[in-house]
Amino acid sequence: MKINDVILQAITKIVVFIILTLAVYLFFSGHHTPGGGFVGGLVLASAFVLLCLAYDVETVQKGIPFDFKYVAALGALIMLIVGLGSIVFDVPFLSQSFTSMESSLFGKIEISTVTLFEAGVALSVVGVVVTIILSISKDV
Amino acid sequence: MSTVNMAIFIPFIAAMLIPLVYKKLPRLHIGWIVLVIPTFLFIRLACYIPTIARGETYLYTAQWIPSFDIYFSTYLDGLSMIFGLLITGVGALVILYSIYYLSTKESLQHFYIYLMLFMGAMLGVVFSDNIMVLYVFWELTSISSFLLIAFWYHRKGSRYGARKSLLITVGGGFAMLVGFIMIYTMTGTFHVREIIAVIGEHKESHLFLPAMLLLLFGAFTKSAQFPFHIWLPNAMEAPTPVSAYLHSATMVKAGIYLVARFTPVFGGEAVWFWLISGVGLFTLFWGSFCAIRQTDLKALLAYSTVSQLGMIMCLFGIGSASLHMDANIEAVLYTQATFAALFHLINHSTFKGALFMVVGIVDYRVGTRDIRKLGGLMAFMPISFTVAVIGSFSMAGLPPFNGFLSKEMFFTAVLHVRKLDIFAMDTFGILFPVIAWIASCFTFIYCMIIVWQTFFGPYRREKLERKSREASPGMLIAPVTLALFVVGIFFFPNVLGDYILKPAMASVFPSFQSDNYLRQPISPWHGFNTELMMTIGILIIGTLLYMSRRYWKGIYNLVPDSWTLDNLYNNTLTQMEAGSSFITSFYMTGYLRHYLLYMYVFFILAVGGVLVYTGAFDFHMANDAPINSYEWMIAGVVFTSAIAILFAKSRLTSIILNGVIGYAIAVFFVLFRAPDLALTQIVVETVTTALFLLCFYFLPPWRKENAEPRSKRVNLVISIAVGLVFILVALSVKSGKLFDTIAVYFENADELAGGNNIVNTILADFRAFDTMLEVIVLLIAGIGVFSLIRLKAGKGAEKIED
Repeated sequence: MKINDVILQAITKIVVFIILTLAVYLFFSGHHTPGGGFVGGLVLASAFVLLCLAYDVETVQKGIPFDFKYVAALGALIMLIVGLGSIVFDVPFLSQSFTSMESSLFGKIEISTVTLFEAGVALSVVGVVVTIILSISKDV
Repeated sequence: MSTVNMAIFIPFIAAMLIPLVYKKLPRLHIGWIVLVIPTFLFIRLACYIPTIARGETYLYTAQWIPSFDIYFSTYLDGLSMIFGLLITGVGALVILYSIYYLSTKESLQHFYIYLMLFMGAMLGVVFSDNIMVLYVFWELTSISSFLLIAFWYHRKGSRYGARKSLLITVGGGFAMLVGFIMIYTMTGTFHVREIIAVIGEHKESHLFLPAMLLLLFGAFTKSAQFPFHIWLPNAMEAPTPVSAYLHSATMVKAGIYLVARFTPVFGGEAVWFWLISGVGLFTLFWGSFCAIRQTDLKALLAYSTVSQLGMIMCLFGIGSASLHMDANIEAVLYTQATFAALFHLINHSTFKGALFMVVGIVDYRVGTRDIRKLGGLMAFMPISFTVAVIGSFSMAGLPPFNGFLSKEMFFTAVLHVRKLDIFAMDTFGILFPVIAWIASCFTFIYCMIIVWQTFFGPYRREKLERKSREASPGMLIAPVTLALFVVGIFFFPNVLGDYILKPAMASVFPSFQSDNYLRQPISPWHGFNTELMMTIGILIIGTLLYMSRRYWKGIYNLVPDSWTLDNLYNNTLTQMEAGSSFITSFYMTGYLRHYLLYMYVFFILAVGGVLVYTGAFDFHMANDAPINSYEWMIAGVVFTSAIAILFAKSRLTSIILNGVIGYAIAVFFVLFRAPDLALTQIVVETVTTALFLLCFYFLPPWRKENAEPRSKRVNLVISIAVGLVFILVALSVKSGKLFDTIAVYFENADELAGGNNIVNTILADFRAFDTMLEVIVLLIAGIGVFSLIRLKAGKGAEKIED
């Protein structure tokens, strides 16, 4: 299915960046303000869906040569490793920990294992949503 | 991380890495790399032998799910040491053997992944102190056994055997799980150490007996005791290394391990004694009786394994009687039975492993295992022949092999148990030595069949697929090593007794601390006593029966074929399939309307009914905030679009209207200061709308439904009821009658999880386990959609099953 909607494509080129920025913002802001891995991942996925709608699947896959099944599996693996990591430190499975440090550039920043866990969630969500949408749309 | 914990994890890690290594090194037989793991583990475990022999034990606990009292705790003592050494030692030999047995054309990576999964799971079973963890590993051994039996899944027999073994052993596993939960209810702990300490106070509990029976059910199914033994002969469809490893040396001994481990808990009870020794004794007899009529060498060995497992089981049952009496001189007579059981456990692994490997060599070289076609192979395969003689004669209980020692000790045990004056043994006690002796005669006969039918007699080239010759030296290393053990243990049994068996006895009888009760000197010569006479009798009667066996073979035909347990199993399965397909087709009508009806009616009854029953529908409108004008407006939007969907003419209109409802609800979330929910709602709405639009491409044009007025009325009633229940639930949520408030998360979120966003800290920290499983469910759903749509087989797909 080859479509050539010039207006949609022109807008998409700009909007996708805004959406992607929003996704990254939502992902990192999740710990203190609304957002988080799940929403961040969904927004990321919607950016890819928009790309697929404006262009066609082949073009998008040429530009983003990931197999999204692996992305989803990688996300689940990250979550599992984060969970198992806590066993190495002799605390219950999936214990999270956090600390904060001072940096000259950003001021006080907080580092926590939750971010890693959320990254796993986000990757899984992106992978699964894009996999489902791509596999349905390809079945023509 | 202790060594023991690592011993469990290393095989699993190896299983994960095998596919990567396999792709990198396509020319190398991957078995050589896998071989390193059991060898390393064996050496590492063997380093603990001296300290274990001094009576030390190692307990290591890691937290897993402490809120459910589930700890990943491992315990290394004498008993787990025996099994650990068997698993890694026999594992190393079997892998070495499999390198030559399986060619690189087979799907080797799968084979070794399954084998490593099994090894890790089996080590987990014997090292776990927490019975819940033990249960997980227990079922994992069944699953890896299933995968290994079905390794050649294109064969019908393999699939049948795999399914049979899975159904029976996992069924037993479920029963065992229930037994474990009962034990937990009684004692309040999942730890074997603590259960042993406190079980004395709970012997009168009404759960005590059911827990014991269910536990034994698990043990008997796993260890192929009568009448659950029927899965083991069919499991022989697996490649021979698997049969030698799982189905003779390790997995089938898991049930025996369980019995030994729980002897301090349940031992000394009459039911425990009678069930284990009775079932064991009958299995010993039945297995050896059935083995004689087999024509397939592996099936013969399978029945002989069943029989030998029964013998070990019986010995553990007899040994448990000593817990009924105090630690006095009489108790020693019965602890001796447990000692013999542990001894025979090791002996059986050595000679049966060797025999399986020889049968594998014969099969590999001449292409058949049927004893009607085999014969005269001694001249072609002298080394295999020697190993077969050593293995068979040991199994038959002849000197100078280790089987003789443990067989004599078995006879001593059954002769002693005759004199036992508890558990009504004075009436039935005489059965023990009689049945044991008869079964041993049969054992002798089938051992002779293995040797004489395969290696003596006329050589019939025309019946064999390939020309006979000796196996390659590499293939012979493993069986020859085991055969050396068979002979070595006969000459130096007390080395084994002091370093391996004595500490294991201390784990089975923790209350008998003195050395005298736990260790018996093993010696091959006791003078001309009854035991020796029994062996000589077996030799004479067995030889006579072997010579004349064609005259008495008719007794196998006395019972009609349709009466076998196998038939019972097959028929039960067919009946169950027919029954469940009848029930399923009764309600799975294929009409969407029916399915929706089930769901909504269930919802109304379950949710509405429960809430009415518990009196949770309790709300007061008086304290609610006043409704603003813009809230009315949004509610109006939702209402209008919901009504409008009913009158929409095209799918596109209806999906957009549905989207309008979703976005309007998101606006509600914003108004009620739930930005997280609003955000998620908007994004989900966007993505699902896109998904809907994609799906619509494949749907037929929308037609108006022509339903009967009656079913329309039913629909109306149900939809109004569902809406009503929803509204009532939403209104009653605030009352907080049924559940505790979760506000406790709100108070310390920043302090405990370092985040101000409470929703997120709940998702990713407090309830991270839920989130992880939810994401995995999502992943499975995604893979499901992908494989349903993309991997559907075309009409001309290749059929790989026979």
